[in-house]
Amino acid sequence: MDWDRVWPALVGGLMIGVASAGLLALTAKTAGISGILGGILEREKGEIGWKSMFVLGLIAGGVGLAIFMPEQLATESLRPLPLMIVAGLLVGYGTRFGGGCTSGHGVCGIGRMSKRSIFGTITFIAVGALTVIVARILEGA
Amino acid sequence: MMRKHIAALLCGLLFAFGLGVSGMTLPTRVVGFLDFFGHWDYSLMFVMGGAIAVYLPVWYVMKCRKSLLAGNLPCGARKDVDAKLFIGASIFGIGWGLAGVCPGPGIVLLGRPTVSTAVFVAAMLGGMLLHQLTPRKCITLPAASS
Repeated sequence: MDWDRVWPALVGGLMIGVASAGLLALTAKTAGISGILGGILEREKGEIGWKSMFVLGLIAGGVGLAIFMPEQLATESLRPLPLMIVAGLLVGYGTRFGGGCTSGHGVCGIGRMSKRSIFGTITFIAVGALTVIVARILEGA
Repeated sequence: MMRKHIAALLCGLLFAFGLGVSGMTLPTRVVGFLDFFGHWDYSLMFVMGGAIAVYLPVWYVMKCRKSLLAGNLPCGARKDVDAKLFIGASIFGIGWGLAGVCPGPGIVLLGRPTVSTAVFVAAMLGGMLLHQLTPRKCITLPAASS
Protein backbone atom coordinates (compact mmCIF):
# COMPACT_ATOMS: atom_id res chain seq x y z
CA MET A 1 0.00 0.00 0.00
CA ASP A 2 1.17 3.48 -0.88
CA TRP A 3 0.22 4.97 2.48
CA ASP A 4 1.59 8.42 1.61
CA ARG A 5 -1.25 8.67 -0.89
CA VAL A 6 -3.87 6.50 0.78
CA TRP A 7 -3.97 8.36 4.11
CA PRO A 8 -4.61 11.84 2.66
CA ALA A 9 -7.19 10.33 0.27
CA LEU A 10 -8.99 8.65 3.18
CA VAL A 11 -8.85 11.73 5.44
CA GLY A 12 -10.04 13.97 2.60
CA GLY A 13 -12.81 11.49 1.82
CA LEU A 14 -13.95 11.48 5.46
CA MET A 15 -14.02 15.31 5.40
CA ILE A 16 -16.16 15.23 2.24
CA GLY A 17 -18.39 12.68 3.97
CA VAL A 18 -18.83 14.86 7.06
CA ALA A 19 -19.58 17.90 4.86
CA SER A 20 -22.16 15.99 2.76
CA ALA A 21 -23.76 14.15 5.67
CA GLY A 22 -23.70 17.39 7.69
CA LEU A 23 -25.58 19.23 4.96
CA LEU A 24 -28.10 16.38 4.85
CA ALA A 25 -28.65 16.21 8.60
CA LEU A 26 -28.75 19.98 9.08
CA THR A 27 -30.74 21.10 6.04
CA ALA A 28 -32.09 17.92 4.36
CA LYS A 29 -30.26 18.96 1.18
CA THR A 30 -28.09 16.88 -1.15
CA ALA A 31 -24.47 17.93 -1.64
CA GLY A 32 -24.36 17.20 -5.37
CA ILE A 33 -22.20 19.86 -6.95
CA SER A 34 -23.62 19.62 -10.49
CA GLY A 35 -27.16 19.84 -9.09
CA ILE A 36 -26.16 22.83 -6.96
CA LEU A 37 -24.57 24.69 -9.90
CA GLY A 38 -27.41 23.73 -12.25
CA GLY A 39 -30.00 24.90 -9.71
CA ILE A 40 -28.34 28.32 -9.47
CA LEU A 41 -28.17 28.64 -13.28
CA GLU A 42 -31.81 27.62 -13.59
CA ARG A 43 -32.84 30.05 -10.82
CA GLU A 44 -34.67 27.33 -8.90
CA LYS A 45 -37.20 28.88 -6.55
CA GLY A 46 -36.18 28.79 -2.88
CA GLU A 47 -32.95 26.92 -3.62
CA ILE A 48 -30.67 29.70 -4.88
CA GLY A 49 -29.83 30.99 -1.38
CA TRP A 50 -28.29 27.90 0.20
CA LYS A 51 -26.83 26.72 -3.11
CA SER A 52 -25.02 30.02 -3.59
CA MET A 53 -23.71 29.88 -0.02
CA PHE A 54 -22.41 26.32 -0.59
CA VAL A 55 -20.60 27.41 -3.77
CA LEU A 56 -19.19 30.42 -1.91
CA GLY A 57 -17.87 27.97 0.71
CA LEU A 58 -16.25 25.87 -2.03
CA ILE A 59 -14.48 28.89 -3.51
CA ALA A 60 -13.44 30.18 -0.06
CA GLY A 61 -12.05 26.70 0.61
CA GLY A 62 -10.12 26.95 -2.64
CA VAL A 63 -8.63 30.25 -1.50
CA GLY A 64 -7.75 28.64 1.85
CA LEU A 65 -6.05 25.74 0.08
CA ALA A 66 -4.09 28.19 -2.08
CA ILE A 67 -2.76 29.74 1.14
CA PHE A 68 -2.22 26.68 3.36
CA MET A 69 -1.76 23.77 0.92
CA PRO A 70 -0.79 25.39 -2.39
CA GLU A 71 0.81 22.17 -3.66
CA GLN A 72 -2.64 20.52 -3.63
CA LEU A 73 -4.04 22.84 -6.31
CA ALA A 74 -3.22 22.06 -9.92
CA THR A 75 -1.06 24.59 -11.75
CA GLU A 76 -0.50 22.73 -15.00
CA SER A 77 -3.16 22.09 -17.62
CA LEU A 78 -3.60 18.45 -18.50
CA ARG A 79 -4.71 19.25 -22.06
CA PRO A 80 -4.45 22.14 -24.52
CA LEU A 81 -7.10 24.85 -24.06
CA PRO A 82 -9.44 23.83 -26.91
CA LEU A 83 -9.69 20.33 -25.39
CA MET A 84 -10.33 21.84 -21.94
CA ILE A 85 -13.29 23.71 -23.46
CA VAL A 86 -14.63 20.49 -25.01
CA ALA A 87 -14.11 18.65 -21.70
CA GLY A 88 -15.88 21.40 -19.75
CA LEU A 89 -18.88 21.35 -22.08
CA LEU A 90 -19.11 17.55 -21.80
CA VAL A 91 -18.83 17.60 -17.99
CA GLY A 92 -21.46 20.35 -17.67
CA TYR A 93 -23.93 18.85 -20.13
CA GLY A 94 -23.38 15.23 -19.13
CA THR A 95 -23.76 15.74 -15.38
CA ARG A 96 -27.04 17.61 -15.88
CA PHE A 97 -28.33 15.08 -18.42
CA GLY A 98 -27.42 12.15 -16.17
CA GLY A 99 -28.65 13.90 -13.04
CA GLY A 100 -25.42 13.93 -11.03
CA CYS A 101 -21.65 13.82 -10.81
CA THR A 102 -19.00 12.32 -8.56
CA SER A 103 -20.53 13.90 -5.45
CA GLY A 104 -24.25 13.53 -6.16
CA HIS A 105 -24.20 10.01 -7.58
CA GLY A 106 -20.81 8.84 -6.27
CA VAL A 107 -21.15 9.88 -2.61
CA CYS A 108 -24.73 10.91 -1.75
CA GLY A 109 -26.45 8.47 -4.12
CA ILE A 110 -24.32 5.44 -3.28
CA GLY A 111 -24.52 6.55 0.37
CA ARG A 112 -28.28 5.97 0.03
CA MET A 113 -27.69 2.65 -1.74
CA SER A 114 -29.50 4.01 -4.78
CA LYS A 115 -29.36 1.54 -7.67
CA ARG A 116 -29.58 4.48 -10.05
CA SER A 117 -26.50 6.17 -8.59
CA ILE A 118 -24.49 2.94 -8.38
CA PHE A 119 -25.18 2.36 -12.08
CA GLY A 120 -24.37 6.01 -12.92
CA THR A 121 -21.09 5.95 -10.98
CA ILE A 122 -19.91 2.68 -12.56
CA THR A 123 -20.76 4.18 -15.96
CA PHE A 124 -18.81 7.43 -15.59
CA ILE A 125 -15.78 5.73 -14.06
CA ALA A 126 -15.74 3.08 -16.81
CA VAL A 127 -16.16 5.65 -19.60
CA GLY A 128 -13.56 7.89 -17.94
CA ALA A 129 -11.10 4.97 -17.89
CA LEU A 130 -11.84 4.22 -21.55
CA THR A 131 -11.26 7.89 -22.40
CA VAL A 132 -7.84 7.84 -20.69
CA ILE A 133 -6.85 4.80 -22.79
CA VAL A 134 -8.10 6.34 -26.06
CA ALA A 135 -6.38 9.65 -25.26
CA ARG A 136 -3.10 7.83 -24.70
CA ILE A 137 -3.38 5.94 -27.99
CA LEU A 138 -4.16 9.17 -29.87
CA GLU A 139 -1.21 10.88 -28.23
CA GLY A 140 0.93 8.02 -29.50
CA ALA A 141 2.61 7.45 -26.16
CA MET B 1 -33.35 30.63 7.20
CA MET B 2 -30.14 32.39 8.12
CA ARG B 3 -28.77 29.38 10.01
CA LYS B 4 -29.47 27.13 7.05
CA HIS B 5 -27.36 29.40 4.84
CA ILE B 6 -24.47 29.48 7.31
CA ALA B 7 -24.62 25.67 7.51
CA ALA B 8 -24.42 25.46 3.71
CA LEU B 9 -21.44 27.83 3.66
CA LEU B 10 -19.54 25.83 6.29
CA CYS B 11 -20.33 22.50 4.62
CA GLY B 12 -19.09 23.92 1.31
CA LEU B 13 -15.90 25.09 3.01
CA LEU B 14 -15.22 21.68 4.60
CA PHE B 15 -16.10 19.95 1.32
CA ALA B 16 -13.49 22.04 -0.50
CA PHE B 17 -10.77 21.26 2.06
CA GLY B 18 -11.65 17.57 1.81
CA LEU B 19 -11.24 17.68 -1.97
CA GLY B 20 -7.91 19.48 -1.59
CA VAL B 21 -6.50 17.16 1.07
CA SER B 22 -7.58 14.04 -0.84
CA GLY B 23 -5.84 14.93 -4.11
CA MET B 24 -9.01 15.37 -6.18
CA THR B 25 -7.86 18.90 -7.14
CA LEU B 26 -4.83 17.44 -8.94
CA PRO B 27 -6.00 16.30 -12.41
CA THR B 28 -2.89 14.17 -12.93
CA ARG B 29 -3.88 12.14 -9.86
CA VAL B 30 -7.48 11.80 -11.06
CA VAL B 31 -6.36 10.57 -14.48
CA GLY B 32 -3.98 8.20 -12.69
CA PHE B 33 -6.97 6.79 -10.83
CA LEU B 34 -8.87 6.29 -14.09
CA ASP B 35 -5.82 4.60 -15.66
CA PHE B 36 -6.75 1.02 -14.70
CA PHE B 37 -4.62 -0.57 -17.41
CA GLY B 38 -1.57 1.68 -16.99
CA HIS B 39 0.06 2.78 -13.74
CA TRP B 40 -3.19 2.63 -11.77
CA ASP B 41 -3.22 5.00 -8.76
CA TYR B 42 -5.82 3.23 -6.62
CA SER B 43 -5.48 5.65 -3.69
CA LEU B 44 -8.33 7.91 -4.83
CA MET B 45 -10.72 5.00 -4.27
CA PHE B 46 -10.38 5.84 -0.60
CA VAL B 47 -11.86 9.30 -1.20
CA MET B 48 -15.20 7.95 -2.32
CA GLY B 49 -14.93 5.08 0.18
CA GLY B 50 -14.27 7.40 3.12
CA ALA B 51 -17.05 9.79 2.14
CA ILE B 52 -19.61 6.98 1.71
CA ALA B 53 -18.53 5.44 5.04
CA VAL B 54 -19.66 8.64 6.78
CA TYR B 55 -22.70 9.37 4.62
CA LEU B 56 -24.30 5.93 4.69
CA PRO B 57 -24.94 5.60 8.45
CA VAL B 58 -26.09 9.22 8.69
CA TRP B 59 -28.56 8.57 5.88
CA TYR B 60 -29.99 5.46 7.53
CA VAL B 61 -30.41 7.20 10.88
CA MET B 62 -31.82 10.44 9.48
CA LYS B 63 -34.02 9.42 6.53
CA CYS B 64 -37.72 10.28 6.86
CA ARG B 65 -36.86 12.46 9.87
CA LYS B 66 -36.86 16.20 10.33
CA SER B 67 -33.50 17.82 9.63
CA LEU B 68 -31.92 19.79 12.47
CA LEU B 69 -32.40 23.22 10.87
CA ALA B 70 -34.84 23.10 7.96
CA GLY B 71 -37.12 20.65 6.22
CA ASN B 72 -37.65 16.91 6.17
CA LEU B 73 -35.37 14.29 4.67
CA PRO B 74 -36.78 12.08 1.96
CA CYS B 75 -37.51 8.44 2.85
CA GLY B 76 -35.85 6.81 -0.12
CA ALA B 77 -33.68 7.37 -3.14
CA ARG B 78 -34.47 7.10 -6.84
CA LYS B 79 -34.11 3.57 -8.13
CA ASP B 80 -34.89 4.02 -11.82
CA VAL B 81 -32.12 3.21 -14.26
CA ASP B 82 -32.82 4.66 -17.70
CA ALA B 83 -31.10 5.51 -20.96
CA LYS B 84 -30.80 9.18 -19.94
CA LEU B 85 -28.73 8.25 -16.91
CA PHE B 86 -26.46 6.02 -19.02
CA ILE B 87 -25.99 8.62 -21.78
CA GLY B 88 -25.45 11.52 -19.36
CA ALA B 89 -22.99 9.61 -17.19
CA SER B 90 -21.11 8.53 -20.33
CA ILE B 91 -20.85 12.11 -21.65
CA PHE B 92 -19.61 13.21 -18.22
CA GLY B 93 -17.12 10.31 -18.16
CA ILE B 94 -15.54 11.43 -21.44
CA GLY B 95 -15.08 14.99 -20.16
CA TRP B 96 -13.79 13.76 -16.80
CA GLY B 97 -11.25 11.44 -18.44
CA LEU B 98 -10.09 14.24 -20.73
CA ALA B 99 -9.59 17.02 -18.17
CA GLY B 100 -9.26 15.07 -14.91
CA VAL B 101 -11.62 17.59 -13.31
CA CYS B 102 -15.20 17.03 -12.13
CA PRO B 103 -17.57 19.83 -11.04
CA GLY B 104 -16.55 20.12 -7.34
CA PRO B 105 -12.77 20.34 -7.86
CA GLY B 106 -13.41 22.68 -10.82
CA ILE B 107 -15.07 25.22 -8.51
CA VAL B 108 -12.45 24.75 -5.76
CA LEU B 109 -9.66 25.40 -8.28
CA LEU B 110 -11.17 28.87 -8.79
CA GLY B 111 -9.57 29.67 -5.42
CA ARG B 112 -6.36 30.13 -7.39
CA PRO B 113 -7.49 30.13 -10.99
CA THR B 114 -5.28 29.34 -13.95
CA VAL B 115 -6.36 30.11 -17.50
CA SER B 116 -6.98 26.40 -18.02
CA THR B 117 -9.27 25.89 -15.01
CA ALA B 118 -11.12 29.19 -15.58
CA VAL B 119 -11.80 28.19 -19.19
CA PHE B 120 -12.84 24.69 -18.09
CA VAL B 121 -15.31 25.98 -15.49
CA ALA B 122 -16.76 28.56 -17.90
CA ALA B 123 -17.29 25.81 -20.48
CA MET B 124 -18.79 23.53 -17.81
CA LEU B 125 -21.34 26.19 -16.82
CA GLY B 126 -21.97 26.71 -20.54
CA GLY B 127 -22.67 22.99 -20.91
CA MET B 128 -25.15 23.18 -18.02
CA LEU B 129 -26.91 26.15 -19.64
CA LEU B 130 -26.97 24.26 -22.94
CA HIS B 131 -28.72 21.38 -21.17
CA GLN B 132 -31.24 23.82 -19.72
CA LEU B 133 -31.93 25.29 -23.17
CA THR B 134 -32.42 21.92 -24.84
CA PRO B 135 -36.18 21.51 -25.37
CA ARG B 136 -37.51 18.92 -22.92
CA LYS B 137 -39.11 17.04 -25.83
CA CYS B 138 -35.66 16.30 -27.30
CA ILE B 139 -34.23 14.83 -24.12
CA THR B 140 -37.14 12.71 -22.96
CA LEU B 141 -36.17 9.14 -23.70
CA PRO B 142 -38.17 6.03 -23.02
CA ALA B 143 -37.19 4.34 -19.77
CA ALA B 144 -35.06 1.23 -20.33
CA SER B 145 -36.44 -0.53 -17.30
CA SER B 146 -39.06 0.30 -14.73
